[in-house]
Amino acid sequence: MTLDIKERSWTTGSDGTPVEELVVNVGPSHPSTHGVCRVIAHVDGEVVTKAEPVIGYLHRGIEKIVENRTYLQIVPITDRLDYVGSMYANWAYCRSVERLAGIRVPERAEYLRVITCELQRIASHMMSLGSTGADTGAATMFIYAFDVRERIVELFEELCGSRLTYNYVRPGGVSMDVPEGWFDDILSWTDAARNSISQMDRLFFGNFIARGRLKGIGVLSAKDAVGWGASGPVARGSGVNWDLRKHDTYSVYPRFDFDVPVGSNGDAYDRARCRLFECYESLRIVEQAIEQIEPGPFKADGIPRLLAPRPGDAYDHIESARGSLGIYLVSDGSPRPYRMKVRSPAFCNLALLPLLAEGHTLSDLVIVLGSLDPVFGEVDR
Amino acid sequence: MALVDKLGAALDSSGGGIILTSVDSLADWARGKSLWSMPMGTACCAMELIAASFSKFDFDRHGTFPRPDPRHVDVMIVAGTITRKMAPAVQRLYEQMADPKWVIAMGNCAVSGGIFYYDSYSVVRGVDELLPVDVYIAGCPPRPESMQDAVFQLREKIATESIAPGKTRPHEFLLPVPGASSGGGEAE
Amino acid sequence: MNINELREHLCGQYPDLCPLFSIEFGDGVLVVGCDKLHAAASDLKDLGFDRLGMLTAVDRDETFEMVYRLTSRSMSAGIFLKCHVPRENPITHSLNSLWPAANWQEREVYDLFGIVFKGHPDLRRILLPPEWVGHPLRKDYEDDRMVRRPDYI
Repeated sequence: MTLDIKERSWTTGSDGTPVEELVVNVGPSHPSTHGVCRVIAHVDGEVVTKAEPVIGYLHRGIEKIVENRTYLQIVPITDRLDYVGSMYANWAYCRSVERLAGIRVPERAEYLRVITCELQRIASHMMSLGSTGADTGAATMFIYAFDVRERIVELFEELCGSRLTYNYVRPGGVSMDVPEGWFDDILSWTDAARNSISQMDRLFFGNFIARGRLKGIGVLSAKDAVGWGASGPVARGSGVNWDLRKHDTYSVYPRFDFDVPVGSNGDAYDRARCRLFECYESLRIVEQAIEQIEPGPFKADGIPRLLAPRPGDAYDHIESARGSLGIYLVSDGSPRPYRMKVRSPAFCNLALLPLLAEGHTLSDLVIVLGSLDPVFGEVDR
Repeated sequence: MALVDKLGAALDSSGGGIILTSVDSLADWARGKSLWSMPMGTACCAMELIAASFSKFDFDRHGTFPRPDPRHVDVMIVAGTITRKMAPAVQRLYEQMADPKWVIAMGNCAVSGGIFYYDSYSVVRGVDELLPVDVYIAGCPPRPESMQDAVFQLREKIATESIAPGKTRPHEFLLPVPGASSGGGEAE
Repeated sequence: MNINELREHLCGQYPDLCPLFSIEFGDGVLVVGCDKLHAAASDLKDLGFDRLGMLTAVDRDETFEMVYRLTSRSMSAGIFLKCHVPRENPITHSLNSLWPAANWQEREVYDLFGIVFKGHPDLRRILLPPEWVGHPLRKDYEDDRMVRRPDYI
């Protein structure tokens, strides 16, 4: 591998004194980069003067692969984009296909999509909160978080037979109806989940060490958040009240009563708090959805196995755990898409790293990176 | 390693077979029971690798403890897709590991490229293009239990190794292992 | 704001952009010449489209179609902005000065399509290693290491 790093260099500081600049390479295989990110950090002593993320270590060429697959064959590939929250990419892709092919989705399918995706949001945020804990030195957070996450993963396994890559949301509906007693399993679990989450809240955010490590780290202004295209908890932590579920609403979300947690300081603490509070809101949505859901078809009738939408292009987006995840599809009338582009929220959020990490110590660089919650399957695609 | 090699060769040549067998069994027992692992988690399988280490599955009880430093570890678990950009890093990390070292290829991507085998311009089709792999686990992604099974399989394989160069040890396999004859013991 | 209100709003503010506006699959599309792209994007930003959601390119044989998706928080609406870059000598203007979000996304388009953005501060490959030859998302990209999937259907 070519490591194009000069070992040391001397620059002149603002007051004319020579400053020794050291370049530290973090990654691509590093326990705290949440995947395969490499950060080239220029440090002056312990303080990062410039952090340059190098991505693409998981670039699998998904956008090229799908040009040689039929519309239905692409669904499992979208699972591998955001592997912490596979349901989202499924859903965003299916929404684009439905828009392109003019498919109407039955109501029960929409409810099932909402229920699974809100559970997925909790599972995904648990991963993020667990790693926030691990980054700040509280590895126990991972154990508490995985307790909740494992239960959700088990529920999904019961639903569609897979723990991680679900392939559940399909164009026109979902792949199968829920097993018997599945909703009751969820309802009997939600209170325990609330308890676990509030326990994590007290355990971690109530700890002054954790607060001290997170507060004031990686401050992002609302103006920068909008300009850099940040979305999800990263933007909301900065006070940008923008949630597609609420403000550019889709599916059956208008029927639910829920709040969008918004931070004010834009630091790593607020971002983590937003994620934590979103878990409670997701549980509320799940409970309401189970109350409202009615029997009916779970998949639209008459969808051919070989979809060939009319030529044109369509874009649709949903609010994933990381932000607005959009899929842009171009059809040329053949059974395979001409082009597919994934608008990845993690990619746009990660672009903020050089801005946020500057001026913090090297150990806080890890926290800044963790607070952006990148998933590299989605960043690199 | 060099000293162990010399010791192994010396014991093997001058009729020290009994001592060699005892040393071998001690070495294999020690190696097999504390396989510290390096999680080379790049993609989806890394999630299952993490799940294996935490609540419910608790990987540590088998002596397999994840360490991120290549110099601490015995086995590298390649979990996830390896791309051409990542390949040099994987190779370098493997080279930095101290002997004896083993590799587990976890998941279809590390086995063969999996779902990205066709039409991808950047995916390495199986990590065995880069490194010698000892145990393959199929699945996309495999369950944490199969990860634990892979460690047991690797332990069985380690039990057949000898410190003498080019020699294997007789070992009763619990499950049939392709390529390794149960009870056979001579060097190939 | 629905699509017809958006059209009226746009036509009221910028009559010269009005004839370029069309509706496709329920989304507003504005096709401009690439020399006017920066001005049009700037106008739309003033109109309230404050976020550059997505930026990509599509290989259309003779040309590359640049696709920009702008979203507005105040109007809860999105719009496509498109322009065509010639395949020979593909150069267009960078929108980095309007939205810093364009920075990485333009690098990605440069990496995968080979489109050069004038005025970009740091135009390098982002996803592929720097020594990579070719631009893979072009339809005529050839690579010996790529295995084409056999046609089952």
